[in-house]
Amino acid sequence: MNRRSFLKTLALAGTLAVPGAGAARAETGGRVELATLLDLSRCVGCGECVAACRDANAAKFPEPERPFPKMYPARVRAEDWSARRDEDGRLTPYNWLTIQTAVVERDGRELEVHIPRRCMHCVNPPCANLCPWGAAYKRADGAVRINDAICLGGAKCRDVCPWGIPQRQTGVGLYLDLLPALAGNGVMYKCDRCHQRLDAGQQPACSEACPMQVQASGPREEMAARARKLAAETGGHLYGLEENGGTNTFYVSPVPFEELDRAVAQGPGRPHLRPVADVMARDEAFTAAVFGAPLAGLAAGLLTAARGLARSGRGAGEGGHD
Amino acid sequence: MTEPRAALRPARRPRGRLWIALCLALGFTGAGQMPIFKRYYLADLPGMGWTADYLLLHTLHLALATVFLVWAGAALGAWLVRREALTALGGWRAAAVAALALTGLARALKNLPDVWLAPGVVMAVDWAHLALALAFGALGLAALVRGTGYVR
Ligand code: HEM
Ligand code: SF4
Ligand code: SF4
Ligand code: SF4
Repeated sequence: MNRRSFLKTLALAGTLAVPGAGAARAETGGRVELATLLDLSRCVGCGECVAACRDANAAKFPEPERPFPKMYPARVRAEDWSARRDEDGRLTPYNWLTIQTAVVERDGRELEVHIPRRCMHCVNPPCANLCPWGAAYKRADGAVRINDAICLGGAKCRDVCPWGIPQRQTGVGLYLDLLPALAGNGVMYKCDRCHQRLDAGQQPACSEACPMQVQASGPREEMAARARKLAAETGGHLYGLEENGGTNTFYVSPVPFEELDRAVAQGPGRPHLRPVADVMARDEAFTAAVFGAPLAGLAAGLLTAARGLARSGRGAGEGGHD
Repeated sequence: MTEPRAALRPARRPRGRLWIALCLALGFTGAGQMPIFKRYYLADLPGMGWTADYLLLHTLHLALATVFLVWAGAALGAWLVRREALTALGGWRAAAVAALALTGLARALKNLPDVWLAPGVVMAVDWAHLALALAFGALGLAALVRGTGYVR
């Protein structure tokens, strides 16, 4: 794409001017993003992955302080899941993976399709891009995390996430030490792709625990190729490859996703399966203008001022200042 | 050279007001990057619903930033030619403008799909941009109260 490569060039030029940008590397510069492929035709909905996720990440779950500080104005509601830690029918701060089941008709027979749902780990994640504190961020390997020591629980990430993934627990985190009555409301939680396991060279817990080998992880390009191949061979359908400008979670399903979307229960913590336009696209377009602006201004300023000087030099007697 | 300075003053005024309005609009759309406009009922006022739309505010902030950067770039260009002496306060304000521009541009850069900045850098830039916005506002207020401009 032309705009993309133009922006990329601009961005690379830009990194030279950004303080601390030594850490900035383009994807081609050695950084490899990992993606997960989920073959839904294999999933039996046993929930082993959900249980494994809870076990592997139990130490990260919130332990809220009670009573919660009173929050103003009164419309600000606490979100408390600490007494419902076992809820696994939706995403919660204590449940980062949930299985959706769609019952559809295929060739006159009923077919159940199970869809393990969690954060998609978007390539250009709006949750991380738009977090005002830098609490939500993308790791070099593409995993999107929320820093529970910094997050204030304003839930902006959930509002800008096309799937409403991050979930809030009130009564924990940094906001308690700042102005708990007036700002913040806890910490947001979601799948962090088992970063501690990745760092130790292991597979994510959900992937390892699955008896049906539904999931496979690897470099994005490789997994994308595998997903496309699998879809082509089985007449399957793809979700996640293009959604929101591209994610690092690829579902391959024997049933079209429009059908699955109609058949699964949806609501808070129960994400949809609809097509999603690239949330950040409009602002990407603006980035070129924003980077060109200071240079255009500088050139204009130099020229006008120089011309002004020349004019006032020539017409010294006329007092020609403006 | 008192005469040209006197001639400059009145011409500057409307431009100065426009600059202040631009900075206030940037401050407003910037503040809206934080989840407060809905919490504090601003978005409930008639005709203000858009203030709760993060993506719209973000685009507006970038659009305003484009104008801000053209303007600041032009001022720098003119200064490079004319070399007028800055007031003490003006020097601090100019530095704040430059730092706001750099941190703002770093944030915009981070939002490109092909760019990855280390999480620590991103956080430092975020907090610096916010602190700078507050400092720039305070400096501007001080300048307004004292009636000092950027240049002597
Ligand atoms: C008078 C000048 C400016 C003021 C008062 C201002 C104010 C703010 C404030 C208060 C925030 C929210 C707090 C934060 O996230 O740090 C913010 C965010 C932001 N500002 Fe500015 N800003 C100014 C200029 C700029 C400029 C020149 C740019 C250049 C592109 C810019 C780009 C951004 C971006 C991209 C964000 C945050 C959203 C994101 O991370 O994507 N700002 N600004
Ligand atoms: S799915 Fe939502 S929470 Fe996950 S990376 Fe994308 S925007 Fe962020
Ligand atoms: S990758 Fe880890 S954190 Fe994410 S759903 Fe799987 S087990 Fe849970
Ligand atoms: S463990 Fe495997 S088969 Fe069982 S629900 Fe999870 S993904 Fe499906």
